Amino acid sequence: MEKKYQFSPETMAVVQKMISRYPNGKQKSALLPVLHVAQAEFDGWLSSEAMDYVAEVLQITPIEVYEVASFYSMYNLKPVGKCVLEVCRTSSCWLMGSEDIVKHLEKKLGIKDGETTADGQFTIKTVECLGSCGTAPMLQCGSDFYENLTLEKVDRLVENLRNDAERRVYTKDQKVNMD
Amino acid sequence: MGKKLLLEHIDVPGIRTLNVYRQKGGYETLKKALTSMTPDQIVEEVKTSGLRGRGGAGFPTGMKWSFLAKPEGVPRYLVCNADESEPGTFKDRYLMEHIPHILIEGMIVSSFALGANTSYIYIRGEYFYVARILEAAIQEAYDAGLLGKNIMGSGYDLDLYVQVGAGAYICGEETALLESLEGKRGNPRIKPPFPAIAGLYGCPTVVNNVETIAAVVPIVKDGGAAYAQIGIGKSTGTKLISASGHLNKPGVYEIELGLPVEEFIYSEEYCGGIKNGKQLKAVVAGGSSVPILPAHLILKTATGEPRLMSYEGLSEGGFATGTMLGSGGFIAMDEDTSIVKNLWTFSRFYHHESCGQCSPCREGTGWMEKILHKILHGHGTLSDVDLLWDIQSKIEGKTICPLGDAAAWPVASAIRHFRHEFEEYVKAGHSIKDVKHYYRINHLPEPAN
Repeated sequence: MEKKYQFSPETMAVVQKMISRYPNGKQKSALLPVLHVAQAEFDGWLSSEAMDYVAEVLQITPIEVYEVASFYSMYNLKPVGKCVLEVCRTSSCWLMGSEDIVKHLEKKLGIKDGETTADGQFTIKTVECLGSCGTAPMLQCGSDFYENLTLEKVDRLVENLRNDAERRVYTKDQKVNMD
Repeated sequence: MGKKLLLEHIDVPGIRTLNVYRQKGGYETLKKALTSMTPDQIVEEVKTSGLRGRGGAGFPTGMKWSFLAKPEGVPRYLVCNADESEPGTFKDRYLMEHIPHILIEGMIVSSFALGANTSYIYIRGEYFYVARILEAAIQEAYDAGLLGKNIMGSGYDLDLYVQVGAGAYICGEETALLESLEGKRGNPRIKPPFPAIAGLYGCPTVVNNVETIAAVVPIVKDGGAAYAQIGIGKSTGTKLISASGHLNKPGVYEIELGLPVEEFIYSEEYCGGIKNGKQLKAVVAGGSSVPILPAHLILKTATGEPRLMSYEGLSEGGFATGTMLGSGGFIAMDEDTSIVKNLWTFSRFYHHESCGQCSPCREGTGWMEKILHKILHGHGTLSDVDLLWDIQSKIEGKTICPLGDAAAWPVASAIRHFRHEFEEYVKAGHSIKDVKHYYRINHLPEPAN
């Protein structure tokens, strides 16, 4: 039987490259980036089995993974929707109307902050400052920033994402265009 | 027009690429450093420049560098702090996104000066797309022989890597950042020992902010003395200011230190005044942690002098009537803003971001958030305002890292300058809806008497 938590050979090559950035014996340094990869690979969240697998890959104890995964806010320790709409709520975004954005999303999707729609497509999550204060209000979905939001822009975004079959994760983003 | 050292070429199409960056004189400074200077000479130039840490603390960079221990046979590290998470601050993101090579050039020059052969850029996880841009730019630099073995034929080797975080404000504190880089929870370390003695993997380490490292490029290019000519007094050089809130033109501006605040807010060259023709009520001048000031104290000092945007200018008057330059996160609030509610968003932030290591911060931040919520919803008492004051005073200075101070200062300053507004909420009590701010912040029409 195929083991559920197993990186593909391609992903494993990426992980090994991450580990090679640190001195010998310091492979634990790769824990944060490898957890991002695991979260992206294993349905957008980190189950305890997924974390145990990461521990095995990095040759550290499972508790070293759990304590880190539970510390940082970007790791999901329970299942989330395919598109997690992370709305910034701190000062500058609040000043520019982030509360209206959250209320509008809650009404539109029929869920509250922290909840996931029944079809598993959307999760609303209010988050602290994402460094987009000059273009407030804003939300992040996957690694993409949506800035200078208006209620109309939010409507368009939700419609665009509604039938998007691909899970939005931090590690995937628009192609970097160096020009 | 102020002098631009970091953003001089920001409008040049393709400046993100190595080719265009080089056409504009990029990596000439690296060549100068590697071929005609010793590491100690570079450290001396940085000392002469008077450059101070641009992340918020303002510690002299040259002095920080000179503390670095150099035991034989032990590797040294340079770590760039790109964890930019202070609410109101987005300058590092802007710089890295648009001119990644100035940071990379600064990293190579600085690593050479410090004798590091491996360096890391620790960037906050939410900036994943910026990390991708940096990685692509680093690859360009490797391909051009600007990183790796024997850089520009000098015999100097350097490997540079990007590490992403995962959402934790506390990792902007340098020892928490090092813990995180070692794959641990971001709990700040007790100092001493300082990172200069025992940092990453217990080895001597320098941690500098993105803007600080980028500023090393113009300093080495034109000399520390030329850099020190720019700015005012001990606030030398230029500073990136992140302007947000109720401004006509929010964004990132490079200012020469010493610019009057009034000019920054109202001139067309900078923020272009307050949105919708409203009056300015208050400003948080250096990121959420620094004391909030009412309009009259941010525009002029208590003695009536124009207030200047510099380390000394903004702190003129101490905490009684002044504030701090901090990270340069400049948040402007118009006349309709509820100071109490804004403070609540800050307190909620610090509660969320406290690492939980020290009791005064872990418990105090949550307690302050709850009291503010209570006041905001018309259930507060006048003694709650005193209690808030009391709690913040018992957090300040009593924690391992400055997050405790950062959580206390906004509360103290809001009460110091806007106590009447807290009392207005309390007095309104259950008829909270009589408080004019309630209508404005909830976008409700105000009832006619």
